[in-house]
Amino acid sequence: MSALSFQGLNVWFGEGRDHVDAVKNATFKVARGESFGLVGESGSGKSTIMRALTGLAPHWSGQMSVNGRPVGHRRDKTFYKTVQMVFQDPYASLHPRQSVDQTLSETLHLHGFRDIEPRIEKLLEDVGLGPSFRFRYPHQLSGGQRQRVAIARALAPEPSILLLDEPTSALDVSVQAEILNLLTDLRAEHDLTFLMVSHDLAVVAHMCERIAVMQAGDIVEVMSVEDMRAMQPSHPYTAQLLEASLGYSRSGAAG
Amino acid sequence: MSDTQTGLRDWLLTDTPRSRLQARLSALYHGWLSFRSNSLAMFGLSILVVLLLAAALAPLIAPHDPFTQDLANRLKPLGAEGHLLGTDSLGRDILSRLIYGSRITLYIVTLVALIAPLAGLLVGTIAGYAGGWVDVVLMRITDIFLAFPRLVLALAFVAALGAGIENAVLAISLTAWPPYARIARAETLTIRNSDFISAVRLQGAGPIRIITKHIWPLCISSLIVRVTLDMAGIILAAAGLGFLVLGAQPPSPEWGAMISEGRRFILDHWWVATMPGLAIFTVSLAFNLLGDGLRDVLDPKDTK
Amino acid sequence: MTELLDVKNLWVRFPTRKGVFDAVRGVSFKLGRERLGIVGESGSGKSMTGRAILRLIRAPGEVEADYIKLDGEDLLTKSEAEMRKIRGDRISMVMQDPKFSLNPVMTIGEQLMEAYRLHAKGGKAEARKRALEMLEAVSIRDPERVMRAYPHEVSGGMGQRIMIAMMQIPDPDLLIADEPTSALDVSVQGQVLEIMDKLVRDRGMGLIFISHDLNLVSQFCDRVLIMYAGRVVETCDADKLHKAKHPYTRGLLNSLPRFDAPQKRLEVLQRDPAWAEAASVGPDT
Repeated sequence: MSALSFQGLNVWFGEGRDHVDAVKNATFKVARGESFGLVGESGSGKSTIMRALTGLAPHWSGQMSVNGRPVGHRRDKTFYKTVQMVFQDPYASLHPRQSVDQTLSETLHLHGFRDIEPRIEKLLEDVGLGPSFRFRYPHQLSGGQRQRVAIARALAPEPSILLLDEPTSALDVSVQAEILNLLTDLRAEHDLTFLMVSHDLAVVAHMCERIAVMQAGDIVEVMSVEDMRAMQPSHPYTAQLLEASLGYSRSGAAG
Repeated sequence: MSDTQTGLRDWLLTDTPRSRLQARLSALYHGWLSFRSNSLAMFGLSILVVLLLAAALAPLIAPHDPFTQDLANRLKPLGAEGHLLGTDSLGRDILSRLIYGSRITLYIVTLVALIAPLAGLLVGTIAGYAGGWVDVVLMRITDIFLAFPRLVLALAFVAALGAGIENAVLAISLTAWPPYARIARAETLTIRNSDFISAVRLQGAGPIRIITKHIWPLCISSLIVRVTLDMAGIILAAAGLGFLVLGAQPPSPEWGAMISEGRRFILDHWWVATMPGLAIFTVSLAFNLLGDGLRDVLDPKDTK
Repeated sequence: MTELLDVKNLWVRFPTRKGVFDAVRGVSFKLGRERLGIVGESGSGKSMTGRAILRLIRAPGEVEADYIKLDGEDLLTKSEAEMRKIRGDRISMVMQDPKFSLNPVMTIGEQLMEAYRLHAKGGKAEARKRALEMLEAVSIRDPERVMRAYPHEVSGGMGQRIMIAMMQIPDPDLLIADEPTSALDVSVQGQVLEIMDKLVRDRGMGLIFISHDLNLVSQFCDRVLIMYAGRVVETCDADKLHKAKHPYTRGLLNSLPRFDAPQKRLEVLQRDPAWAEAASVGPDT
């Protein structure tokens, strides 16, 4: 049984004249314990798949299921206990007026935990922040520390599936390395399934075993990380994306 | 002594608070420091502190009883013996009446400041967060209230409910809330799509919790600023109702009513109307200065 | 080689409640008609260095330097009015997000034409002709349509190309580009870089390219300054960046995930407080 399964998923925004198809007929499965990457340029619909799954993008059709259980348009507490998400921008994903302590204790409270005190300490330790960070406000934290808090919040309900929406694109490379290592460790410790979105192919290659390439709402190709590293795409768009991600070559500027 | 002072300062200015209490106090202290650097705002604050003290200690500092009439001493000029600011047409000491009147002013200001922004916050955040037809209905009601001139609508309410301070407060509040609803709705619209609201929605939080615990704390600061800046208008509206003998009733020493009484002697005995006018002016100005200072401290848009 | 820009001992200071914060500490470098990359992490002072050259640091921030010479003239001795002229005519700046640099209520054509007429006394027809040429020069295919568009109607990559077109109108000697491609997709990024590359080669312009992306800078620039905590820790030829010696540069390079080969864990940069204490590396003469 797959942890996540998408069958003919369509997601759209707006109505009538403003109607935009963000995701068209997306079909893929993520096995339990697997790490699956979605890559593509901005506007290709890669984040929209996550937002549809979590209910943040309300207009969708098709089938989605989590651990074999179909996802409806209304989601219950068990859904949010299973699936959690880490957002792209740690400067926007923490409430500016709430301390780390308030953020985590509210999350734990909402999920019905009673032993909040020890859990907060454990969560902070899990994400590599000491107890001294507990009473700080977001403006007293660096970008990397904020993202650690956001990861702690996502881990609070003890989910089995973690959605990662460009979790390091707003961070410096040295901090990116720390956060990616942390995610790798947490995945091993907690048996997590990852669904990760990124525009950085090197990051996705480092984190994921299989990768879906998206273009303008379509999944054009699902490939293994080995094929990607070997530069063996089967779709021309993937070839183009791989080429561009290798960087700027001055010979190309001769024209 | 100075050691413990710098110790306390460092404890408050720390970036690494060790407890909930320290985190809260530290945030407050930072706000106070940036407020203190605005000298005009501090000036406004000190006027309001004086007003508060005057209201609290009125029986102790007022030289005379504000209601005792002394027809032999009526319309004494400024600096007359025993009457620093002179007396009015019934021989009552103007200074004492001003001091007692500050209680009424504060009473009106406090009540309006409690009712109008809270009503506006409730309507605005619900409209902004719910969207759809709820938003349309609530905002059209708001528009209707906004379309009336404040004093005229307040007059209509007082005329319907009867004259008196409580009704004046109610009338002013009913006409004052729509702008707050507008502000709260605008703020809610920008906040509701932010990642931190999405994040708490993914924890299964319902709309009531999101509005009260996550959206309100961010709207309140801009409302406080707006209320402080509106305070001058509220005081003037209350005084206006008093002046039209629709608010506080004689012999109450409400400042607007005092101007109204003094109006008859304005040419020969200018101070009778001018002194309460100056009091209204000073307090209104103080609230405006305070509001400007608070905006620098509280407005989340300016702080990064 | 005559230097286009010569910066000596540049400091940028900001007073804070806890004392003076030095955002840039004693940076010196020389620039010819070449592409100079400035790389570093956020807070390393790389953007502040770019802004300080244009004297765009806002109060209470202060800029101090022995000199900042543009073609031998010290910019620090210029009046604010003279500085405005230099910012318009001789040095241009491209920021990360074009949305904040373009006027949202004017069409792109109006803005380009206005920029042209501010610098050259030409008629309206002449301005229009030049604006169209400029858009063509930055590889915009249907310039007539873009001229009529408002900034919100164009994509990020298009907006950035328009910004570069606008910066080119006065024909500056020096272009300072602060993360010009960070907000763009990789394919668009290549196009924008190509345009800047061409301008440096064809017009002999100097370029300061500020970026956090080490790979990009090493591929695109001629020379690189690596900044850490407000100072230059190392400077080298761009194509030799991967052989850089300073432990900070090495640490940054090693912490990047590699596309060609799998790694078990990424290397984490171990920061040495001594890096921040040491003096800036001077121009490599």
